[in-house]
Parts: sequence; structure tokens; C-alpha cells
Amino acid sequence: MTVKNVVQAVHDTLHEAMMLDERVLVLGEDVGARGGVFRATMGFLDDFGPERVIDTPLDECLIAGLSIGLALDDMRPVAEIQFADFIYPAFNQIVSEAARIRYRSNGDFGVPMVIRAPYGGGVHGALYHSQSIEALFAHVPGLKVVAPSTPYDVKGMLIHAIEDPDPVLFLEHKKTYRLIKGEVPDDRFTVPFGVAEVRRQGDDLTCVAYGLMWHLCLEAAERLAGEGIEIEVIDLRSIYPLDMDTVLQSVGKTGKVMVVHEDNKFLGLGAEISAQIGEQALSELDCPVVRIAPPHVPAMPYSPTLEHWYLPDADRLEQEMRELASY
Amino acid sequence: MKPGKQGKDRHTELGLKEEDLLGMYRCMLLARFCDERQWSLNRQGKAPFVIPVSGHEGAQVGSAWAFERGKDIFCPYYRDMALVLVAGFTVYDVFLGLFGKADDPSSGGRQMPAHWGSKARNIITGSSPISTQVLHAAGLALSKKIKHEDAIVGTWFGEGGTSEGDWHGAMNFAGIHALPLIFVCENNQYAISVHESRQVAGRVYKRAKGYGFPGVVGDGNNILECYKLTKEAVDRARAGEGPTLIELRTYRYYSHTSDDDDRTYRPSAEVQEWKRKDPIPRFERYLKSVDVLDDSVIEEVRGATKVEVTEAAKTAEAADFPDPSTAAKNVFGDIEVV
Repeated sequence: MTVKNVVQAVHDTLHEAMMLDERVLVLGEDVGARGGVFRATMGFLDDFGPERVIDTPLDECLIAGLSIGLALDDMRPVAEIQFADFIYPAFNQIVSEAARIRYRSNGDFGVPMVIRAPYGGGVHGALYHSQSIEALFAHVPGLKVVAPSTPYDVKGMLIHAIEDPDPVLFLEHKKTYRLIKGEVPDDRFTVPFGVAEVRRQGDDLTCVAYGLMWHLCLEAAERLAGEGIEIEVIDLRSIYPLDMDTVLQSVGKTGKVMVVHEDNKFLGLGAEISAQIGEQALSELDCPVVRIAPPHVPAMPYSPTLEHWYLPDADRLEQEMRELASY
Repeated sequence: MKPGKQGKDRHTELGLKEEDLLGMYRCMLLARFCDERQWSLNRQGKAPFVIPVSGHEGAQVGSAWAFERGKDIFCPYYRDMALVLVAGFTVYDVFLGLFGKADDPSSGGRQMPAHWGSKARNIITGSSPISTQVLHAAGLALSKKIKHEDAIVGTWFGEGGTSEGDWHGAMNFAGIHALPLIFVCENNQYAISVHESRQVAGRVYKRAKGYGFPGVVGDGNNILECYKLTKEAVDRARAGEGPTLIELRTYRYYSHTSDDDDRTYRPSAEVQEWKRKDPIPRFERYLKSVDVLDDSVIEEVRGATKVEVTEAAKTAEAADFPDPSTAAKNVFGDIEVV
């Protein structure tokens, strides 16, 4: 057992995967000599050489399309999109190609590839270094989208992602990279996709989140415990497949639900979760499902006051939780 | 000049045997007759959608013949019926795809016709968005290079495809890494309705120079020239000397698809002019000139091939459609969605 932060967990897990399986290679912008702008592949070039640590041209479409070709030849590419915000030139290759290849070939071909993308805000990244892209991609059948946010989950889910038979969008919240630390077993283990984790038990309110947001929800929930309000905090970890069983079970216990995410509210994950609760557990609800998510503006603005306006923080979550719990 | 079987004729210089010539000729005829048949099935209301190949047979068969089947990888586009016939598709396979039948090797009836793919035949599944396959080809070629395998990769596209960023990204990467990859442009001068003069600044083949590797241009209706240019590129790639861009100038005789009407953008005189350059009669003239075939054998082969195509179409028409209960299969490798 070793204490690591999130980006160390990414680095060490990738390194181990490359040691164990020579089909695994990393590619992306600045992943080689620089070791990645977040240092996720630091030292890899020396350890594995330029054939398995590929500094690509500045072409996200290429990164995705090349990864598909590598995966089709039984390699296990782990591509890095430097910031999730830069993924859109690759959208067609990911959505029209990677996601559809198994289906369109009736199972003849599969694309076992991983795309890692640092996402999320709160780091003064403004419009193009703060985006949350999960809803855009989770909407697409054929893609798996996960967002682990503890060093433990990062290791277990990254190993799972590399072994997965399908394309996986592996979202790493960049603010958790150095903020969140935790114990990681040294031995190899996997964390399955589609299994949420109940981070805190409570009877008064179910709070569903992932990424940085569940950490903030937990902070708010701990404060409210002093007031006798017990919040259940669920970390989804996986966006698709989505573990609705854990959510519905909790709803049955609390009757009140708050979904929190950084991605836009309109057609965000909260909309899907609310709809499924409505379809499957309406009678369990004591009040409408509440969604805490940014308003319909294009992305997080830069100035500290504007960034704060956009992104929920623990204070605001505490207030919203208190209000909903007393409904 | 009539060198004859003993003489030093063009195909012998290229290393092609008589059986190669007959095989090439057969693939051209199969493609042409399949195309004619699919259009008539379309007019009969039996085939909702047709993507024609006619006119491209020389470019496709000539270039594909330079690759080693069973080892090399094909990343074609939707026009490439003659190419996939070289790569191992049967005419029955073609018609299964046309009708959307369960046994369609490309997709089991999921994709539109002519969206070729078959793992067993090393044909990578393709889609409708243009030039996406060119990047897959680059990835496959990189993989072959990393693994030090002898295999090389070919990818085919129209001149319209050379406008996409995917294409330029693949050209750039192939140049940087000297990939064992052959880019074959079947330049038929029209991307649906848009003429080459509005599509391509400069010349397609000259673009290779900017990416640091050779680009060549040839007569796409001369099958032996198409073979020669591709074989030279294949030999270079296999020797580790990197990629080549080959532009084969040709023409399509029908509209872009059965949902298009080329009379709105192409003068009929131009179409007629190109029909006089038809790659099939042209190859027949060559085969006669070297005493491989004569008129009566040509007539016999054409007749037998037409019958073969008609029979395959009938059998495919009678084959089963996919069971709707299978429509949600193979979305994921390990998750059932329904």
C-alpha cells in the first residue's frame, strides 16, 4: 500500500501496464520528452522508447484515428488528449468510427482503445481548459465513459479500461490530480465499470455525483452531520455503464435526491438520472429531484468571480442540501 | 508490335503471369457485371441503394493486385467493389450486402451496401464519412512497423477525400514515420457534383512532396500502369522505404449513387469521351495483342461471367434477412444493451 495522488496513480498504473503487456503504448501531444503536460507519462520515453511512447503531431483527429488503427491490429493504445476541451477535432473518429466499429461490422472488429482526457474546472482554465465533456460522449452507444477520482479507483479502472474490449473515454478531473491523495494497493487489481461507490451513508438525502463534485458533496455532508442531517453520498465513478441500481436503492431509503455535476445542466447526466428515477421509483420520491449544475452558458469563465459563479462549491452545496433535506 | 507468348511483353516485364492477367480480367468483369445487375435491381425496386464502380475497375484491380492477399491490409472506400473482389469477396458476398442480408460479410445487413469490411479478408470496416479510413490505415501501418511485420497497408479514396483533415493528418504522420502505407487516390474528377477544379488546389499527387515522400500519377484506366505504379510503391514500402501517394486518373460512368443524377453537373459529351477510354475493352485489346485471349474466348468468358453474376444475385436475393432480435447485438464486447 502506497499513498499517492491521482496523477501519480495514473502514471504508475500506465507504467505497470506497459511493463506487463508490450501491446500497450501511449500516444499524444507532449507525452514523450515532456512526459505529458500533467506529467502522467514522465520518464516513459526513457523506459519504453519512442515506438511505444509516441509524441504525435498536434492533431487530435489523428490521435484518435491512429489509435483505432492500432487497436484493430491488436495493440492496446492509450491515447492522451491533452485537455478534454481539445477533443472535438477527434469527435468524428471517436463517435462515427471507434464507437460504431463493433456494431457496424456485426462484431467482426472491435476497438480496444483508451482515450485519457483531463477535464473539469476550478483551476482558472476558463473556456478551453475547464470543460466537462461526459454528456456529449456518454450519449453515444458503443463508448464507455468513466470518471474515477480517487487514486485507488484510477488504478483499478485504468487497468480495467486497458483490458476492456471497447473504446473507453477515461476522464481524469485535473483538479483532483494533486488535490486528492489516497492509499493504493501495490498489487494489481481492477475496479469494474458500472459500479458506483457509496462514499457516505445517510438517511435524509441522496446526493449523486462524480469527479471533483462528490468530494465537495462529501465535505458539505460532513458539515451537515453536525446539524443532524445525514446525507448519503454516491460517487458514480462510471458514467456509462451507469449504476442506477445503487442510486435507486438509496432513493428508496431517503426519498430525496440531488444530482451534482460540472457539466451543463441541460441534457446533462442529471437529466438522465432524474428521468430514470421518474420511470422506476417515482413513488419513492418525497419531492422533485434537484439538479445542481452550471447554467446554460458555453463554459467556465476565467475571472475568479465568474468562475465561482459557474462552479458549485462546498458552501453552496451545503446550503442546497440543507434546503432539500428540510423539504 | 505483337510480342506474343515468347516475347518480352509488358506484363512479363512487370512480373505478371498469364494467370494473373486472367485473374485481373475476371475481377474487372465481375465488378462491371455486378454493377450493371445492381442498377437493374435498383430500378426493379429490389435494391434501395446502389454505389457504382463502373469505370474504376482498372484503377482498383490494378492497384489491389500489387498487394499480397492474406498478409497485407486493405482500407478501402465505398467505390471499391472491384478492389474487394480482388481481396477475397465473392459476387455472392456483394449481393448479400446489396440486399442487406444476414450473411452480408461486411455488416450482417447493418450498413448501406458497399461499406466493405471483413476481418478474414484483411479488409477493414469502413463508414460513410469521407477519409476516416485513411487514419486507421496509418495506425495499422504503424502497428506493422512496431511489430516488425512484413505486411503493408493500402488505403483507397477519391480526390474529394484529399480535402479532409483526416487525410492530411495521415499523410503527415506517414511521412514523419516512414510508414509502410500506400495511399491510392482514384481521381474520377467529381466528388458527387463538385469538379476537381473546385476541390483540389494544385495536383493531388504533388501533395506527397510536401509531406516528404514520393507522389506519382498514372492513367487509372490502364490496368497495367496502375499495377506497375502500385507494385513499385509496395516494394518500396516492404523494403522499409516508406509511403507513396498514387493518383490514378479515371472516371465513373454512373451517377455518384442511385440517389444522384449526374446529368445535373456533367456534360454527356464528357461521359461519352471517357467511355471510349473504358478500362475493360482496353485490357481486352491488350490480352488479344499478347495472345492470351481471342475474341471468341472473350465472348465466352463474358457470357459465363454474366450468368455467374445473375445466379449469385438470385441466390442472395433468396437468402434470409437478419432477425430483428439480433439488432441490438454487438454494441459492446461485454455488455448487452437490450
